Amino acid sequence: MATVAEQWVLVEMVQALYEAPAYHLILEGILILWIIRLLFSKTYKLQERSDLTVKEKEELIEEWQPEPLVPPVSKDHPALNYNIVSGPPSHNIVVNGKECINFASFNFLGLLDNPRLKAAALASLKKCGVGTCGPRGFYGTFDVHLDLEDRLAKFMKTEEAIIYSYGFATIASAIPAYSKRGDIVFVDKAACFAIQKGLQASRSDIKLFNHNDMDDLQRLLKEQEIEDQKNPRKARVTRRFIVVEGLYMNTGTICPLPELVKLKYRYKARIFLEESLSFGVLGEHGRGVTEHFGIDIDDIDLISANMENSLASIGGFCCGRSFVIDHQRLSGQGYCFSASLPPLLAAAAIEALNIMEENPVHGQRHRVNSGALPGERREVSPSSESTDPVTSEEAAEGSMHSAEEALESGHLEENQHHHLPSV
Amino acid sequence: MRTEPGGCCCRRPVRANDCVANGEVRNGYVRSSAATAAAAASQIHHVTQNGGLYKRPFNEGFEETPMLVAVLTYVGYGVLTLFGYLRDFLRHWRIEKCHHATEREEQKDFVSLYQDFENFYTRNLYMRIRDNWNRPICSVPGARVDIMERQSHDYNWSFKYTGNVIKDVINMGSYNYLGFARNTGPCQEAAAKVLEEYGVGVCSTRQEIGNLDKHEELEKLVASFLGVEAAMTYGMGFATNSMNIPALVSKGCLILSDELNHASLVLGARLSGATIRVFKHNNMQSLEKLLKDAIVYGQPRTRRPWKKILILVEGIYSMEGSIVRLPEVIALKKKYKAYLYLDEAHSIGALGPTGRGVVDYFGLDPEDVDIMMGTFTKSFGASGGYIGGKKELIDYLRTHSHSAVYATSPSPPVVEQIVTSMKCIMGQDGTTLGKECIQQLAENVRYFRRRLKNMGFIIYGNEDSPVVPLMLYMPAKIGAFGREMLKRNIGVVVVGFPATPIIESRARFCLSAAHTKEMLDTALKEIDEVGDLLHLKYSRHRSVPLLDRPFDETTYEETED
Repeated sequence: MATVAEQWVLVEMVQALYEAPAYHLILEGILILWIIRLLFSKTYKLQERSDLTVKEKEELIEEWQPEPLVPPVSKDHPALNYNIVSGPPSHNIVVNGKECINFASFNFLGLLDNPRLKAAALASLKKCGVGTCGPRGFYGTFDVHLDLEDRLAKFMKTEEAIIYSYGFATIASAIPAYSKRGDIVFVDKAACFAIQKGLQASRSDIKLFNHNDMDDLQRLLKEQEIEDQKNPRKARVTRRFIVVEGLYMNTGTICPLPELVKLKYRYKARIFLEESLSFGVLGEHGRGVTEHFGIDIDDIDLISANMENSLASIGGFCCGRSFVIDHQRLSGQGYCFSASLPPLLAAAAIEALNIMEENPVHGQRHRVNSGALPGERREVSPSSESTDPVTSEEAAEGSMHSAEEALESGHLEENQHHHLPSV
Repeated sequence: MRTEPGGCCCRRPVRANDCVANGEVRNGYVRSSAATAAAAASQIHHVTQNGGLYKRPFNEGFEETPMLVAVLTYVGYGVLTLFGYLRDFLRHWRIEKCHHATEREEQKDFVSLYQDFENFYTRNLYMRIRDNWNRPICSVPGARVDIMERQSHDYNWSFKYTGNVIKDVINMGSYNYLGFARNTGPCQEAAAKVLEEYGVGVCSTRQEIGNLDKHEELEKLVASFLGVEAAMTYGMGFATNSMNIPALVSKGCLILSDELNHASLVLGARLSGATIRVFKHNNMQSLEKLLKDAIVYGQPRTRRPWKKILILVEGIYSMEGSIVRLPEVIALKKKYKAYLYLDEAHSIGALGPTGRGVVDYFGLDPEDVDIMMGTFTKSFGASGGYIGGKKELIDYLRTHSHSAVYATSPSPPVVEQIVTSMKCIMGQDGTTLGKECIQQLAENVRYFRRRLKNMGFIIYGNEDSPVVPLMLYMPAKIGAFGREMLKRNIGVVVVGFPATPIIESRARFCLSAAHTKEMLDTALKEIDEVGDLLHLKYSRHRSVPLLDRPFDETTYEETED
């Protein structure tokens, strides 16, 4: 029965075709051809964004005037003419022809004109020349670099250390190596400029907490916890970091590290500690703020410092566990894409480290001096015992007028250019 | 030669059939007309004679990857990836011992610091051939260098130093273009004297108390060397870019950056907050199109005009060996009123009859380049970077550069090394040593490139660039080349992904004025041997050297297809 019915339908169709009026067939034929054409023709392109003719475009190009490359700088800009220092920038310094006592440089341990450092650097100069002519990956690794990394790791009692050839680039390359887009970083409002640049390069979410205010930080961490519970899958892949400085460059105060470590374990965030100013100054042997508070160094994930302050050399280093530090050897931008530290500077740093290890009393004398000076220039938080190395030097006597002027102008510039990271 | 409608100022490159350079006819670039028609698709060299903008032939070539080689390279990576998954699986189930460091027990419940797939490449591919990088040396990185021997008993997871030193390895990896990396001689003596007097560190920033008279002296010298009004120096070349580009451009400005720019330029551009658009490598048509579109259509969505347009290019691109087409870039910049930032990290000292870089090489006016940036690491044997330009620019940078405010100033002995070497190059020390070095480098470059091409390797880049990339392509050959060359006492640099595109791994030679002809001949002999051993001679345009047969009009070039 079914086949007969099908055949009957087919027959009827054919019959209908014969019986249909001509115009109907022609119309259908045209429509079928149109469909076929549409199917095979190119995609319909939008017209060019605007209907500007070539002549109009040329006129626009003629008319456009860019801003000048740089805005004009007035001749009385305070930072335009630098103070010229003739001779070595040590304790007695000749600024613009006048002899002054130096209260302005970060020469905390007074190692700048130490003869042992100069001798070590000279020996290295005679052996290896000045420059390294290559990044660490391409024949730019010297035995001195490996030595220095070893010594720093041993001194700080961590597994591994990595050196950079520029102090600023150290923390600015370390942060983006770990923290990427989508990760969360809790950072103190008074963080220094290098940290701000590192955060900007990392493209992570930045959450600022009030300076040294652990309650504010806890509030932010709690808020984040609530967010996490709403979206646990996202929370499982979002890394959290807390970035603090041992001794803040902008305020001269010490961070409350024990509370931070407690918060770290409670809210599962990693701590990056920037110790440029506190290395060599705080702690019994100069190991920094972890020694100062007696905290196990493994609790801090990454310690970054520069060698340009206490160690009186150039460059910076990061130290921590191998698990953390080894990653920077391939993803730290300032490490992989830049020439390595000149060996003479590394040799000087090793010698400075030797001196620090031999005389832990160096640091003690320094702390006594800093307490002796009245009227510190910066804000001091009453809760933490603060030593402001910036205003302390070995010699605490004599007239300080010229040095103060230099100090004044120096700090003026720092305050002018500080700004919080724009996220 | 066709001109585009609208008066485009760049014309298509001319295929010159009779390019003559330096009075000798170069093989491989001379093609008879019949061969040209047939081999037009695989023409490798474009000689540009762009309406008088170029005073000498601009000879640059990037031979196409042979199809078979490309396929085999992908197959190679595929096999490695499969093995990588297998090893990861074995490590996960503890069948294989896990060598790499792990997270602390106390922090195991933290969000993991690294994602597994991010490090897949590092764990499974890079680790196998890791011994080709980070080779420690213990002597001055001159033409010959001493490498510390290291051994690994666990397939490169960890290294032990045997205590032996491989002596007098020919150094084809260090950036020592003019041979100033020395531990004896006038530069070293001057640096030693300054070291005694000033010490090593500075402990302060330029704007505070770290501006020594040495720095002022250096800056005046750099300005006179480059032929600009003023200059400013910094302690690190990388930081020069990443800290000064943000000071010059900001949100609302446009940056046009070359495809293959260095990481420091990319970082500086990102940190500035300006809009970044990328043009194809050294491709002037692409750059012109971007410029036109930018000025005509303005900022995206708001259509406001751009505040400034900055073009970022490099003098020599260190992975390709190509030289920027500076005359055309300057013509474009003048027509469209953009600013030009030229990064001469590799080309300063290495190019040009007087060693003043790529501007000198093309015979152009340094005033045309708005911002001339460079580093002292490569040709001057020191470290640090500089920016040179008009006085207003440098005044602005002195007050607003992040480096001047926050970063320590350069170390005095390093500054003295730069001063002495620069004076030597300029001829101000009373000798002709500088000029001789520059000439020696140019000769070395021409000789080395010609010989390698004749052997049949694929070499990228410009004829005059001291950076010579030799294509390897396959991942296994990266490791093999590096190790074989070290066995034969030659130190080379091999690069793979991610510094280069994934199938274009290469070995990169950096020539130096300190290399003598004997050293180059030794190196070439060994490269020839290793090339035969590893089947590296991919080039389809091998030609018989001129020395064997006299050249005449009826001689067709022999090609191996």
